[in-house]
Amino acid sequence: MRAFFRNPFVRRFSLCFLVVELVALMTGPPGSTQAPTAGFRGSFFEASSFYGLFRTQRWVVFFALAIIMFLVWSGWLNKGASIRSTATKALAVPRAVTQRRPVRWSLIGVALIVALLLPRIVNDAFWHSAMTEQIGVFVLLATGLNVVVGFAGLLDLGYVAFYAIGAYTTAWMTGSLPTPAPFHGHFDPFVAIPVAIVIVMVAGILLGAPTLRLRGDYLAIVTLGFGEIVTIFANNLYGITGGSQGSGPIPHPVLHIGPLHYVWSLKPVPYYYLLLVFLVIFLVAFSLLEHSRIGRAWTAIREDEVAAESVGINPLKYKVMAFAIGASTAGFAGVVTASQSNNVFPSSFTLQSSINILVLVIFGGMGSIFGVVVGAIIIQVAYSYLLHTPPQGYQSADLYMYLGALLVVMMIFRPSGLIPSRRRKREIVLSEAGEGHMDEVLTGDTP
Amino acid sequence: MMLDVQEATVRYGAITALHGISFQIAEGEIVTLLGANGAGKTTTLRMLSGLHAPSSGSIQFEGSEITQVKAHDFSAMGISHVPEGRRIFPQMTVEENLEMGAFKRNGGYHDDMGRMYETFPILKERRKQLGANLSGGEQQMLAIARALMAQPRLLLLDEPSMGLAPMIVDTIFRIIADIRKQGTTVFVVEQNAAQALRLADRGYVMENGRIVFGDTAQNLLHDERVRAVYLGESVEG
Repeated sequence: MRAFFRNPFVRRFSLCFLVVELVALMTGPPGSTQAPTAGFRGSFFEASSFYGLFRTQRWVVFFALAIIMFLVWSGWLNKGASIRSTATKALAVPRAVTQRRPVRWSLIGVALIVALLLPRIVNDAFWHSAMTEQIGVFVLLATGLNVVVGFAGLLDLGYVAFYAIGAYTTAWMTGSLPTPAPFHGHFDPFVAIPVAIVIVMVAGILLGAPTLRLRGDYLAIVTLGFGEIVTIFANNLYGITGGSQGSGPIPHPVLHIGPLHYVWSLKPVPYYYLLLVFLVIFLVAFSLLEHSRIGRAWTAIREDEVAAESVGINPLKYKVMAFAIGASTAGFAGVVTASQSNNVFPSSFTLQSSINILVLVIFGGMGSIFGVVVGAIIIQVAYSYLLHTPPQGYQSADLYMYLGALLVVMMIFRPSGLIPSRRRKREIVLSEAGEGHMDEVLTGDTP
Repeated sequence: MMLDVQEATVRYGAITALHGISFQIAEGEIVTLLGANGAGKTTTLRMLSGLHAPSSGSIQFEGSEITQVKAHDFSAMGISHVPEGRRIFPQMTVEENLEMGAFKRNGGYHDDMGRMYETFPILKERRKQLGANLSGGEQQMLAIARALMAQPRLLLLDEPSMGLAPMIVDTIFRIIADIRKQGTTVFVVEQNAAQALRLADRGYVMENGRIVFGDTAQNLLHDERVRAVYLGESVEG
């Protein structure tokens, strides 16, 4: 009997069957709306209840599923290695192509034109507001956080605090808070943009200077605390921020240069273009920064802080710089959100949103500007799509279940993100040439 | 004197690691510091590269006090530290590692890069490889080359032979001798006493956080106490 279970095939199949049975237990009886998978329409779960085909013999289905899973597993064991290497080689081809200058520039050009025409291509009120509030703003936030997490390697769990400070600065400058505006003026949100960016960068320096001496987990905890402090302050300082009631109405920005006169309104599309302009500016600035002296210093600190110090890099200075520069996009995003949605509430700046932004960065590929932008777009489009046409039984909290599963799968198969940074690409090329083991390189193990 | 350490005491909290040590390094010398594990050799080097400030005593480099100088300012001052365990940047190529070594210099370091490739031909071959994919000996050479890219007048080496095959150790020590010939003063902390003493002009011996004695390397090689403890020979034999 023991020998029978020692047989690898029998053992593998029993494991498959166990997993499938576990799923069967989790999904509950046919037609159940309690089960977490009840949201899948048209799936075989629904079919099994609807057509009554497998109503009594559900185990038949699961047995069949177990067999399929067993076959996939066995196939992977046999052919897995060659599939993996073929996949790496296949993936290296588009990489090699896009690395060529003209190809890359034309790709960027096409992306820019598509982005410019997008409100005309997708002519739908819901998607217009989604591409501004959900996609545009979060792409900006993710590119900013990427500087902190991806370039400098600092885990920041309180990034949303900078977003909140940017939004509240707008409310303050336009005179929408209980506190009087500076110089008793009611400034245009446009004026608030540079002020918010500066204030947020100062906040980054103030937070960074004392805390960036900490490393790793300790830094994450402190930044998490900072995020919470800002939200709690916003919630409780009734006299200054308006507390949980939020701010008064914030005016829309007005552009007034010579004969040019443009008034933003509640419509999201003009805000989309405003975001796009600043996004392009930030992206260009960050990619220049990545390859500058500062960017190299960040890489050095991320890889080995002691070694960085020994070649003359002041780690604290460059880390604070990363914090301040990363915060700047959040400041701008705060201005746009505040003036577009007309008001600011503390409840929009929670730990949840900090983590959401971090997920965008990790999904896209830490340290890769292009990857983070694409990753953020994919996740935010999926999120908006689920809001737009929710599957039956879908609740907004379900998203996090799917996101969690997505991240787990990502960590197994593509730990460096959807589109890894160039440094990672080179490592994959190296491992293909047989010079070094890929996994060792990816996990950063040093002998 | 190029470097003059007077009565330097280093404490880690309640524990005193260095009990007021004094020693000197003259320009153009190779000086070695010997001692058993835990004698305070690495602490001495950490102190000399600003990673751990002494609680009392003074360190003077070329006549100026450097006791309170921060670690990251040392390379600009002319002192380069090759840390224990090599500590190259694993995800950067050899070339990028060398460029990082010249971080504090303004422009024009490509001649130096060429000189490094002459001194370390293996690094030229591995120019485009990642630091993580080098062998231990290559990494040690890269660490030394990176430190030299800052054009130091004083080079501090922490256990350059650690974890390397004897043949590679010979190469590394030959290179250290060359570096001195090119005009850089070298201070080397070693466990491999025999080899270090053959290389050095002078040596100091440390025990329990104190410098017990110092002499020329020749004398130390023939000193009975050194022979007994560090060269593994019995006093009678």
